[in-house]
Amino acid sequence: MAERSFAKEVQKLKLGEGQEFSGEGILAITKALLECGVGYVGGYQGAPISHLMDVLADAQEILGELGVHFEASASEATATAMLAASVHYPIRGAVTFKSTVGTNVASDALANLASGGVTGGALIIVGEDYGEGSSIMQERSHAFAMKSQVWLLDPRPNLPSIVSAVEHGFELSEASNTPVMLQVRIRCCHVHGSFIARDNKRPPMTVADALENPRRDTQRIVLPPASFLHEKEKIQKRLPAAIDYIKRHKLNEVFGGAGRVGIIMQGGMYNGVIRALQRLGLADVYGETEVPLYVMNVTYPLIEDELLEFCATKDAVLVVEEGQPDYIEQALGAMLYKSGATVRLEGKSMLPMAGEYTGDVMLSGIGNFLRTHAGEMLAPAIRAPNTPAPPLFEDLAKAVPMRPPGFCVGCPERPIFAATKLVEQELGKHHIASDIGCHLFSIMPPFDLGATTMGYGLGPASASAFNSPDAKRRSISFVGDGGFWHNGLTSSIGNAVFNKNDGVIVVVDNYYSAATGGQDILSSRADNRTKSTNHPITDAIKGMGVKWVKHIERTYDVGKLRDTLKEALTTEESGPKVIVASSECMLNRQRRENPIRRKAIADGRRVVKTKFGVDEDVCTGDHACMRLSGCPSLSVKQLDDPLRDDPVAAIDENCVGCGNCGEVADAAVLCPSFYQADVVNNPTGWERFWFGLRQRVIGWLQARRESRRLVFAENVA
Amino acid sequence: MTFGLPEGPDSTRGVIKLAILAVGGQGGGVLTNWITDLAMRCGWHVQATSVAGVAQRTGATIYYLEMMPKDPARPEARPVFALSPSPGDVDIVIAAELAEAGRAVLRGFVTPDRTALIASNHRMLAVSEKIIPGDGRADGNKVLERVGEASRRFVHFDMEAIAKQAGTVISASLFGALAGSGELPFPRSEFEATIKAGGRGADASLAAFAAAFERAAAKEVPVAPERMEAPGHGVAVRGPGKLQKEWDGLCDRVAAFPEQVREMAGLGLRKVVDFLDCAYGREYLDRLEKIIASDRADKDYAFSREAAKYVANGMVYDDIIRVADLKTRSARAERVRREVRLKGEQTLLTTEYFHPRMQEIVGLLPARLGAGIESHPGLMDRLNRFVDRGRRIRTDSIVGFGMLWVIGGLRRWRRSLLRHKVEAEHLGKWLDLALEKKAEDYELGVEVLKCRRLIKGYSDTHARGHSKFDRVLSCLPMLKGRGDAADWIRRLREAALADADGVALDGAIRTVRSFTEEAKENAG
Repeated sequence: MAERSFAKEVQKLKLGEGQEFSGEGILAITKALLECGVGYVGGYQGAPISHLMDVLADAQEILGELGVHFEASASEATATAMLAASVHYPIRGAVTFKSTVGTNVASDALANLASGGVTGGALIIVGEDYGEGSSIMQERSHAFAMKSQVWLLDPRPNLPSIVSAVEHGFELSEASNTPVMLQVRIRCCHVHGSFIARDNKRPPMTVADALENPRRDTQRIVLPPASFLHEKEKIQKRLPAAIDYIKRHKLNEVFGGAGRVGIIMQGGMYNGVIRALQRLGLADVYGETEVPLYVMNVTYPLIEDELLEFCATKDAVLVVEEGQPDYIEQALGAMLYKSGATVRLEGKSMLPMAGEYTGDVMLSGIGNFLRTHAGEMLAPAIRAPNTPAPPLFEDLAKAVPMRPPGFCVGCPERPIFAATKLVEQELGKHHIASDIGCHLFSIMPPFDLGATTMGYGLGPASASAFNSPDAKRRSISFVGDGGFWHNGLTSSIGNAVFNKNDGVIVVVDNYYSAATGGQDILSSRADNRTKSTNHPITDAIKGMGVKWVKHIERTYDVGKLRDTLKEALTTEESGPKVIVASSECMLNRQRRENPIRRKAIADGRRVVKTKFGVDEDVCTGDHACMRLSGCPSLSVKQLDDPLRDDPVAAIDENCVGCGNCGEVADAAVLCPSFYQADVVNNPTGWERFWFGLRQRVIGWLQARRESRRLVFAENVA
Repeated sequence: MTFGLPEGPDSTRGVIKLAILAVGGQGGGVLTNWITDLAMRCGWHVQATSVAGVAQRTGATIYYLEMMPKDPARPEARPVFALSPSPGDVDIVIAAELAEAGRAVLRGFVTPDRTALIASNHRMLAVSEKIIPGDGRADGNKVLERVGEASRRFVHFDMEAIAKQAGTVISASLFGALAGSGELPFPRSEFEATIKAGGRGADASLAAFAAAFERAAAKEVPVAPERMEAPGHGVAVRGPGKLQKEWDGLCDRVAAFPEQVREMAGLGLRKVVDFLDCAYGREYLDRLEKIIASDRADKDYAFSREAAKYVANGMVYDDIIRVADLKTRSARAERVRREVRLKGEQTLLTTEYFHPRMQEIVGLLPARLGAGIESHPGLMDRLNRFVDRGRRIRTDSIVGFGMLWVIGGLRRWRRSLLRHKVEAEHLGKWLDLALEKKAEDYELGVEVLKCRRLIKGYSDTHARGHSKFDRVLSCLPMLKGRGDAADWIRRLREAALADADGVALDGAIRTVRSFTEEAKENAG
């Protein structure tokens, strides 16, 4: 069960012809797939398209009714390989994943798929994780389209354009026997808008039909000599077919008037370009502009005649192409040069080579372009802007702390790193390899653990060189359960077994692919109606040949974790030492348990709710506990007591009583300030009786002592 | 003030641009959906975007909306909205926390010519602020001041508290503040209809909405509540008549102190008496009187004031007896009940997390016996094996509570115990050192007193504090005779509080060493 439920929203997927659909971009994509008669869908979760997978998962009933097969693929490679169903059969298929990390993983399957080509439309929806909000290295998916010769759609970021791109994507794929990549950027995935729906369509041929009537065609299999033919076919047949389709259906759009300067842009850049023109007084609020615009809703292949025609009447054109290398600008430059054009080509000369094209980057880049080449179009004030320098807020910058993402309240991964830090205090620093997932937050304060991250499931693999009999110290590597099943089992664990790696591997098991939004995976403990769960990680590891495997079923036991980790680092046993540390992701657990708990309390059933607290007069304000926690719920507060210099620890009401504070105070021998308060709702009569009795005895003891001493009124904080 | 924005015929002036800055998990998404729904309800064009993903996990996040009324002449036309906010081009910024309001200003989203900033002025501390051994909190007043200057209008109050009071989350009070500010041209009823349409939890949300609405709509900025009168002389106290009389006598002595010292001495006295007894209070005042007698009125009794504070803190050391005593008081039980909001029919279990080691246990023994054991490391180790483990004590049970109650009762024998002897000696030495330095250099004496702040915590943390204290004071000989010695001790102390491992302190000590050695060489 994912972090966010789309159960309500997916009802919109049932809308029919002429009805207005209103919602998020990803939901619109799903609706468009169904309108196109898609036969099967799959993918791997990851921002910004995590929610697309969640929508699909929540829409399984609707998909089922239409005869559409849905899979939550094991990896992006699996997802792309699934598109093989469209190789011989006229079935439309779509998969989705984040890019470029997902495309990297998928590229083996992608290259094979692209070589043989497809019969049914094959659509790969990639969430381009570039710019603000991205969690990965900054690269472009464009290169994959070029190298594997698949077509790349980059529609304008509004719902009607995205929906149209899905429709044309399938048709283009079928017309050119080539898979098509549909690229959507982060904010586009979550943009809220509307479009007019059409009826959903049952796939003309379902996967069941195909299974009943198998087909094959050796010409489509990637093996010599067919593979040599594929390479030529790509250029001689498929590319011309694609160009023909793109031109015929005018997938690229031309806007604006007949000016002597023009702007050529990726479709995804359209709103940013228009906003810059609006602010320069050259476009109205609906995007009507005098400036000629060539909008590439297809960014690969480039349509040479369209581009040359657009440039023919211009003195200068600006290419707005986000990210690097500047493939489009280079290609356009070559085209213009070969055709003997004299138009001035600007692009990265006006706009930054690298990084996101934000609003102010666009404004200044396009502003400069127009000032240089078409100053007369601009109002005088804009032609020579008299912009005062931005104010200096140095003191404010100092007062505003950085706030990188970190572990949530009660996160079960926090105690794992607290334990690791304690082990390092005892045994010294180690080389620690990190992986992709929430656990990567360990690299930041307060833990500051981890030296590299090399890819999903590759944490232990990235420590594989550190295996030397000459060293007294072992490496420690982390991998999450998500990465473990994605490819860690073979690439990391298998590799360590085979190469007799002596390092320590910690598998962080939180029951979900948590960082991507809490999707179920093989080892999830939940019962999932459509998926097979509850496959223990430890079984898989043992099956892989690891001899030393320890399973910790409650990560909050910091002492045990510390001792186990210490044992793994010091044992005589050779070969990989694997610790599986399991506790449920707290975000998902709360989401799962809260409604149940609320109902139980309302129904009069006994429910215990735990919270931690700090005795502020016992706390001395050293904050050692924070340095082993970083929990958002554990903070500091200033006491109204002039005798105290430093703020003391305080736990707010968001505390979920995970236990880390108490465990850490114990394991690290910190201080006795923490207390755990368990509130029993609807206690039994017996419990209430005992509670009353104890309270009376305790009250008597308190009164006895307090009657013999001076008692000062407590400060009311 | 503009950020590269030319003054021109911007055609999007009729578009309301709204950015929400929040901390992941605060419910910025809910607020975004509400505002989207509200605008659609009112027949406007609206577009909302967000950045989801792992960035949302407790980190700074941003949501962005643009909206404009539909043109009756062009009902089919759709405006082209931007997907992210641009510096200098935002009309309304909502910040769900004070530092995030500051971040909005730093990112240029708040400009005095047009931006209304609606912010909750409570703080959610970032990890970097919490892990400093001293006080690492950012300067909230600076943020308030700068943010106020940077915005056209600044609506701020504690919206988190309002939400909490109503039993809901901050998105509701932010929505209320937005409505109350009147920055959006929609009637209150439409805001409320939006919340009601959300279903579950609507009542609590509406309550928080209403409270925040009234606050934001009020013309006058409410004055911050008066700082509470610091307790001191005449503080509420109860107890047997004989002790009360003794206490009054002690208070009379404080009353005779110079005004500058009185408040701190009153608080110190209370702390010391609370720790042990009135006799201990007398001891404290004896010390202070001696110090005051040798102090200087022209220095405003700065030394005595700091002594009143730090001698009290030094005399009230953190031993097991004090912890047990504090945890078994009725006021404490009351506080815990308040904190968990214990209701009538609920019952409460409390567990205390202790991890005593032999060092602490030895401190509880009579001085001679304790010192004897301590002088045999082998024996200490062996005994430690029985002692050194985490102990979870249930203070709602009679046995657990009784155990702590008995330990708390050891209070009256404290003077004969090892820990007391050690602490008293340390205190004496430190005070003598401060007095000695004061005689040479008044300010230096004050700074030596203030170094007491470094000693805090329990077990290893306490030992580390002691070591920092010693290392800072070990620089005194190097600084001898220098006019800026006091300033250097202050800097060393601040360095010691900057991080746990003493990296900053090491650096500061190296600096002191380098220039003092240089001075020596030059002299030689």
